Amino acid sequence: MTLKSLLSATALAMLPLGASAAFAEDLPPCDNCSDSMVLMSWGGAYQASQVAAYAEPYSKLTGVKITWDEGSNEAIAKMRAASEAGNMTYSLVDVEGPDSQRACDEGLAEEIDFDKDLAAAPDGTAASKDFGSAIINECFVPQIVFSTTFGYRTDVKEWNGKVPDNLCAIFDLENFPGMRALEKRPKKNLEWALLCDGVPKEELYTVLSSEGGVDRALAKLDTIKDQVVWWSAGAETPQLLADGEVVMGSTYNGRLFSAIVEQKQPIGMLWDWQVFDFDGWVVPKGLDEAQKNRVLHFLNFATDTQRLADQAKYISYGPARASSQPLVSTHATLGIEMAPYMPTNPANQKNYLVNNIEWWADNQDEVEVAFQNWLSK
Amino acid sequence: MSLPVYASTGQRIWHYAFRVICGLIFFFLIAPIVIIIPLSFNAQDFFTFSPEMLRLDPAGYSLKHYQDFFTNPDWQLPLWNSLAIAPVATLIAVSLGTLAAIGLSQSHVPFKSAIMAILISPMIVPLIISAAGMYFFYSRVGLQGTYWGVVLAHAVLGIPFVIITVTATLVGFDRSLTRAAASLGAGPVRTFFMVQMPLIMPGVVAGALFAFITSFDEVVVVLFLGAPGDKTLPWQMFTGLREQISPTILAAATVLVAISIALLITLEVLRRRSERLRGMSPT
Amino acid sequence: MTEQTADGLMLAADGKPLKQSLNRALRRQKLRAFLLIAPLLIFVLVTFIAPIGDMLFRSVENDIVADTLPRTVAALADWSPDSGAPPGEPVYRALASDLLIAVAAKTHTQLGTRLNYEDSGFSSLLRGTGRDVDDMGEDVGKALVAVDPVWDEPVTWTNLLGDPAWISAQADWAKAGDKTPEPPFVPSAAAQKNLPLTAAAYGDFARVMQTVKEDSPTEKRPWNTVAVSLTEDLKANPSAAAAFGADWQPRLSAVVAAEQGGAIPAADFMAAFTESDKAWGTPQPWEVIKTFSPRFTSGYFLNAVDLKMTPEGIAPRSEAERVYLMLFLRTMVLSLVITGTCILLGYPVAWLLANLPARTANLLMILVLLPFWTSLLVRTSAWKVLLQQQGVINDLLVWAGLVADNNRLVLINNQTGTIIAMTHILLPFMILPLYSVMKTIPPSYLRAAKSLGATDWTAFWRVYFPQSVPGIGAGSILVFILAIGYYITPELVGGAKGVFISNRIAYHIGTSLNWGLAAALGSLLLVVVLVLYWVYDRIVGIDNVKLG
Repeated sequence: MTLKSLLSATALAMLPLGASAAFAEDLPPCDNCSDSMVLMSWGGAYQASQVAAYAEPYSKLTGVKITWDEGSNEAIAKMRAASEAGNMTYSLVDVEGPDSQRACDEGLAEEIDFDKDLAAAPDGTAASKDFGSAIINECFVPQIVFSTTFGYRTDVKEWNGKVPDNLCAIFDLENFPGMRALEKRPKKNLEWALLCDGVPKEELYTVLSSEGGVDRALAKLDTIKDQVVWWSAGAETPQLLADGEVVMGSTYNGRLFSAIVEQKQPIGMLWDWQVFDFDGWVVPKGLDEAQKNRVLHFLNFATDTQRLADQAKYISYGPARASSQPLVSTHATLGIEMAPYMPTNPANQKNYLVNNIEWWADNQDEVEVAFQNWLSK
Repeated sequence: MSLPVYASTGQRIWHYAFRVICGLIFFFLIAPIVIIIPLSFNAQDFFTFSPEMLRLDPAGYSLKHYQDFFTNPDWQLPLWNSLAIAPVATLIAVSLGTLAAIGLSQSHVPFKSAIMAILISPMIVPLIISAAGMYFFYSRVGLQGTYWGVVLAHAVLGIPFVIITVTATLVGFDRSLTRAAASLGAGPVRTFFMVQMPLIMPGVVAGALFAFITSFDEVVVVLFLGAPGDKTLPWQMFTGLREQISPTILAAATVLVAISIALLITLEVLRRRSERLRGMSPT
Repeated sequence: MTEQTADGLMLAADGKPLKQSLNRALRRQKLRAFLLIAPLLIFVLVTFIAPIGDMLFRSVENDIVADTLPRTVAALADWSPDSGAPPGEPVYRALASDLLIAVAAKTHTQLGTRLNYEDSGFSSLLRGTGRDVDDMGEDVGKALVAVDPVWDEPVTWTNLLGDPAWISAQADWAKAGDKTPEPPFVPSAAAQKNLPLTAAAYGDFARVMQTVKEDSPTEKRPWNTVAVSLTEDLKANPSAAAAFGADWQPRLSAVVAAEQGGAIPAADFMAAFTESDKAWGTPQPWEVIKTFSPRFTSGYFLNAVDLKMTPEGIAPRSEAERVYLMLFLRTMVLSLVITGTCILLGYPVAWLLANLPARTANLLMILVLLPFWTSLLVRTSAWKVLLQQQGVINDLLVWAGLVADNNRLVLINNQTGTIIAMTHILLPFMILPLYSVMKTIPPSYLRAAKSLGATDWTAFWRVYFPQSVPGIGAGSILVFILAIGYYITPELVGGAKGVFISNRIAYHIGTSLNWGLAAALGSLLLVVVLVLYWVYDRIVGIDNVKLG
């Protein structure tokens, strides 16, 4: 559980310290650097926070043109295709932890020299130390800690005033009828299904690795299969909830935050058994020299202490740098306290899981096939 | 089709029932397209009529989705990309296609039906298969994820339409006209531009319109071949529909419907002109 | 203008025989037609036919196993799965050598993904073993160092095995600072002759270090497989030491002595692999590697029809893995339903259009042509908006009191959604051919039938309908061909159960990266379409395709 220490550190750091340190806006010069970049990310509120916190400031300072592609849910496939074509069309790719592991394992991503390529903390702490346990492999530049959790509509008449207070409400069609939204990937769904099938947290991956373990999880999901809308992009569940097309659904906690707080939708958050994960950048292999220089220049800027803290003012994800955490306090425009919406808030992490990156990197192929076959039946 | 005076009551009932059925089918055809037009003026971010809209209250209507469409770079970039890709693809398809159609219309072309089958095949092969094949092959030759990859793919998809429409106008073409021009001393090139071209022009323009709309509406191939910087309007609509559906998509759709209507009218005018011209030529 | 020569040949104005002249004219005409067609033909062949050919090639291509595990594949040649036992130590050795290279180049994960298509579990097997392979044969390496610490030095190995010319070139390069790539390692003739296994193993190591890792072999201790090879070479040829310089003889002799004295254990890669994952101790993974080692495979096509290749022959896949025939069937059934609804809705409209006065018909025709010309995505977005639970149709039904507000119809993300939206999208393709056929049926036939005493129904069914069948045929094949290849609309409104085989093809290209299977599924779909196309050509003729 490499995340655990960081989670508690983040939680402590969430205590509002207010004042954000002034930061000199002097960028080092960039020699032999291209003047445009293509960034792949997740779209929606998350991408908006990246634009606001560092892409736009960077463009302003340097005049570099940044094009976005909302393809991160198919990042590995797209990188592999581009690499096979010998024409790497993406300069920098935003992926979640397990995907970065795959990109690294398959030789699609460059290895990063953390202390050379990334900015040190304002107090001089080296980047590798400042990111600490967030560095899960040699290719991954962490940005944030996020969690995948559930949102539900607060105005469903058929629920007779009840609201879901634990994860297994997802599987309870009797008390909580209505459509659900779940991700069109096995990851997390299988864990949740097993938890609600009576498997204790410690045994989840033993059960999943054992003969019939995946089938057991799928059998549990079978009980609600007819009532599920399957999503592939993080923005779908908030939209489906807002439109009333589903009554509850899984998504990233930051997306729910923006639906609830910024768009004032009648949506509540269910914090039971949220799944923590890191999200961050990988630099694809096969960039030309100028492009690579530009990307490293941007990375240095975009993952420095202040920029990562800035991002957390737009979306409720915890910055992956220890030195950024004291700088986060209130929302950039709404001025509200971010702590209650942070996945790392102690009140929100009674029960939680940490994405098991190694198990998923090893078993992704097998489980994905089983899940997709199950889905199309 | 009119009802005879001696029709029985049963026949009368059937006659009117049939018209109602046909009316309903026409409604089914046209209503989905028509309904998005008022919805695109919705002042709220929903996909259904708000009570204000139903009351025809001006407050329920707004141009904000159009404003978003015409100012937001998320929509403007794809719009301009589409406009940069479709005309070039059309130009390639029309110039190569017209020449080949003229070649094919001559008598004594060896392997004519085999050639025809190859040239028409991009229209017959399901797009997903074309897209898959192009993705694999263009990846090998370095065209995947490039502007020219998309342009070439769109051009080849538009070619069958050019071949078909131009061949159709050439079927009614009177060969004695070219012979007459030749006997009057015109060279083949001059004959082509002065005699043949004006007559087959309606077919060429119709083919060009088809090729244009093929490229302009195409989404499957561009999803596979395009780089993010070459995102086209249909691609953006597809992403928007799948991921973050916003009513701006209805404004975009309405703009596209307007373009379709303009193309439809152009085609109709061309068809009439072609019929008139051919009516004049002695066949 | 023609004259006749004495031998009866007709002559043209220029005095040449007419036949020859005409032939020449014909040839010139053919050449001109060909020159006009050639640019387009080449263009289509290169930009379209070649990609389709590439897809067919990808569906059988299988280089990855032979390219990634060349030694293992060669070593497995003598092994037969019928023996019921795992192969012998040399195969394990070969796999260790292959995997060391693959892990350094990170290609073992791709191979795992490939073999996982055939045998679920292979991906995690190779990933797990890939992490352990570095340590295999460690006891031999350590024992060697225990004999003489000099074997722990990287340069010991380059000096022992490198060609003298390379050693000096490398030294010059090191002095110059690493501005240029290091000269590629060259083994010495003596090493190749007297320590053949070691020279080969070290050659692999040096090449991987220099090309993949961009490290110098002079700075990295070689893999344990090199140490194992050295002990084996010396066991086979204890006098090999004599071929090397005076410095080397005592060192090598010490190794020989240690070996004979039992201080160096025999390498046991079989045990190491089995320890890493007990599956390696069974014949099963070896069967898979052997079965899929040829450079061409029918595996993807078999997978596409829910079969798999086993050493015993072709066998059905397990129940949970059988999806593709079901998906093909679903695609066919849904396409048939869509074709059927298109006939039902298209026939009356086409009849009305064909029998109305031209002016009215042209006006109504716009209602058919406008959808035809409207972007597919516009129409799909319209349906997505209309069919939602909080959408216009459900709102209307609730307002009309036909359904309860809390019991709205689920019209989207299922097969209903796919059928409704696709019927709408494909309806013009049914109406237009039907209309053009019906236009040619003289209305007088119907009147004649009626005047002979037929009822309206009989007149229609016995006289009119048979003449409109070619239109139904043409429209149906057109709609069916278009429907079975649809991707966008089912993707957006079909949910999990309303998707077609095309969506699965797209999934394998974009998400699962199983390109071989995508190509095989695409090839099968292509065959179906081409057969239908051939039928269409027989019924309607390609030349008679009309647009608009």
